[in-house]
Amino acid sequence: MSLINKTAAQLGELIAKGEVSAVEVAEAHLDRMAEVEPKIQAFLHVDREITLDQARAVDARLRAGEQLGPLAGVPIAHKDIFTTNDMPTTAASKILEGWRPPFDATVTRRLREAGLVILGKTNLDEFAMGSSTENSAYQVTRNPWDLSRIPGGSSGGSSAAVAAYEAPLSTGTDTGGSIRQPAAVTGIVGMKPTYGGSSRFGLIAFASSLDTPGPFARNVLDAALLQEAFSGHDPLDSTSIDAPVPSVVEAARNADIAGMRIGVVKEFGGEGYQPGVLARYNEAVQLLESLGAKVVEISCPSFATALPAYYLIAPSECSSNLARFDAMRYGLRVGDDGTRSAEEVMALTRAAGFGPEVKRRIMLGTYALSSGYYDAYYGQAQKVRTVISREFEAAFHQVDVLVSPTTPTTAFPIGERADDPMAMYLADLCTIPSNLAGNAAISVPCGLADEDGLPVGLQIMAPVLGDDRCYRVGAAVEKALESRWGGPLLKEAPAL
Amino acid sequence: MSAITRDEVAHLARLSRLALNDDELDHYATQLDAIIESVAKVAEVAAEDVPPSSHALPLTNVFRADEVRPSLTPEQALSGAPAVEDDRFRVPRILGEEA
Repeated sequence: MSLINKTAAQLGELIAKGEVSAVEVAEAHLDRMAEVEPKIQAFLHVDREITLDQARAVDARLRAGEQLGPLAGVPIAHKDIFTTNDMPTTAASKILEGWRPPFDATVTRRLREAGLVILGKTNLDEFAMGSSTENSAYQVTRNPWDLSRIPGGSSGGSSAAVAAYEAPLSTGTDTGGSIRQPAAVTGIVGMKPTYGGSSRFGLIAFASSLDTPGPFARNVLDAALLQEAFSGHDPLDSTSIDAPVPSVVEAARNADIAGMRIGVVKEFGGEGYQPGVLARYNEAVQLLESLGAKVVEISCPSFATALPAYYLIAPSECSSNLARFDAMRYGLRVGDDGTRSAEEVMALTRAAGFGPEVKRRIMLGTYALSSGYYDAYYGQAQKVRTVISREFEAAFHQVDVLVSPTTPTTAFPIGERADDPMAMYLADLCTIPSNLAGNAAISVPCGLADEDGLPVGLQIMAPVLGDDRCYRVGAAVEKALESRWGGPLLKEAPAL
Repeated sequence: MSAITRDEVAHLARLSRLALNDDELDHYATQLDAIIESVAKVAEVAAEDVPPSSHALPLTNVFRADEVRPSLTPEQALSGAPAVEDDRFRVPRILGEEA
């Protein structure tokens, strides 16, 4: 078995025992990237020498007897929205082309300290706004299962890189589903931790009350190891939770769900859902029951209005956050010919530097926040947010976790929804409620849809700081399905 | 009736500091109209007596001790600037001609 097929946990063990070096593991992945990147286009920035220098430094630290974590020497790809002090950071926007941040994000820094080696920065929808990664200003990333389809979004470079065995691990951010949806449509594991459980410091802000960094991996245990490595209170993020990190690794190893109470969200399913997605989802629910869980139906009627509430709240926050791109302190500046005012230069720069989806959301948010509309739109959306949180609370009095399909459909063809914003937004129908309520939610593979042979994801939602429950149930599903399939779902993916 | 007019979109673009041309204004007016019509569904939730949530979790102000600590050097802070002069950000004029 080659190094690229191993799990992150296995690679960490081999490196710790000295059976293989961090440099050898990094080289194997860089070689795989060189081979498949022309087809996948998951990465925006790759620098072989910087990566190998990092790997050499980790090998030296290990040889010197330094105690690093279980992922020391394991390579990782970072979504290009986390700042890195040795590689450019662009958020896939022209407005930040070539920007080299003078500091590391907390997630980046903690993973460096734990000995992870950065393979590069992955593609995304510009400023994480989108569900297909087609909104990148630089390139279109392709789904390793079918190169004519989207890899999900906004963290589509990170999902594609892991599904294509270019990286064993990657980071993403989830504002409305941007980790779980790409994980579902590429047949891997993606987790949105509890809001505030992972630091936003050094994460380029889109919607600050929703943005949550989280892990991608090819299996549940690897995702847990990665989450544990970057989690924990961060004084640099004022919304970081000062509480112990849930024991996610222990939960991923435990995988026992006998006696757990599992709620099936009644409102997710039926019209608008692909039959093949519902078939795999229903089988997964039966599987949970056969593993000893008590399954009940739970009604959360306001979840249907989560999508419209989100598309008022997220654009409102975005219109405020993206005001920082003013052409003055960093990034692009257009039209500064000595005669134009700062304001004119700002407007020309922002028109040239932002793509269509970003412009749409800035204007939508500006509209929702303007006097006369504020109460009807932003104010009402904030009330709906409260109602949704209360429905989650009531549900979690009755059950330990809630389940639903992660997405209504499998990966759609590139271009299909590119100029139809409302159709694109539907991809996040099932994932958005957990962003509004801030609770933990994971997507794990649960099979292939009959119509198109593409991966389907099962979403498991747990209460705030109940991240361990997501991993426990996810691991149980993974264990049972892999024994049925005779290995991971990804072995069904076509060779690249 | 449309939820938003082209003139309103032009006003939003000005507020958003986005220099858009006529074709773009037409395009965004059509799309924003469809989006606003759809998001207006939030009104269907009966929530008169419900307090709004700006955040998912309860927030409290976070303070740190007012102490000098290491930060970016001037060179680092200016490293991404479009234009620099004498250790400062150089910006286009911000006042009118007569000022």
